[in-house]
Amino acid sequence: MSLGAHYTPYHPKWYRRRVSVWWWLQTWSYTRFVLRELTSVFVALFAVVLLWHIWALELGPEAYARLLVRLGTPLFVVLHGVAFVFVLFHSITWFNLAPKAMVVRLRGKRMPDWVVVGSNYAAWLVLSLAVAVILLRR
Amino acid sequence: MGRPITPFLWLLFSVGGTVSALLFPVHLFLTGLAIPLGWIDPPRYEALIGLLRHPITRLYLFVIIAFPLVHWAHRFRYTLYDGLQIKHLTALIVVFCYGAALVGSAAAAYLLWNIP
Repeated sequence: MSLGAHYTPYHPKWYRRRVSVWWWLQTWSYTRFVLRELTSVFVALFAVVLLWHIWALELGPEAYARLLVRLGTPLFVVLHGVAFVFVLFHSITWFNLAPKAMVVRLRGKRMPDWVVVGSNYAAWLVLSLAVAVILLRR
Repeated sequence: MGRPITPFLWLLFSVGGTVSALLFPVHLFLTGLAIPLGWIDPPRYEALIGLLRHPITRLYLFVIIAFPLVHWAHRFRYTLYDGLQIKHLTALIVVFCYGAALVGSAAAAYLLWNIP
């Protein structure tokens, strides 16, 4: 492939600067953007882990015991630790962007951003506690 | 990807993003870190399978698996375009991303339907 640009009158767009595949590593705000987008990979991986849990439970008590042993191995603890950081990053960026994605109006007045963000965090807290109580009840 | 379906995909993306933002941290922390590291005792098998048999639990699990998978498919698709600049592979990426999300959702539906 030739690197030289073809200059043709009236077709200025034919010249395109080549951008490195790593363009997003040069500026922190771009890096943060790509990391935020990559949180979706960990979201998907954890959805698959949930499927794995359901499968083990369906197979029976022995499979569940094996699952617990497997989850305790250093590999899975480290993977879950990394995934937890990314999933938290997803939650925080998602809640903080909520007022920009969705404008809530009450009696014709736009709700302040902090109300929308705050109610997201409140819902997060309440739902997390509810899940913990239901999952861990004896 | 045809145009009429795009707003629908963005809606699924938002639902999946919200569901996973609200519920994944607690599930991941408990089952992936707190229990394996011994901070909390694991729930007994009987308690969990009892919970799993309840229709609301099954619906809940389907929602927190299927929507987040579509969320990933949609977000990852555009990340691949922008990050790796491979817009010419659109068809392949679309099939891979949404196809994987569809397979995962179907697996969830199958497993949750056939709980003993």
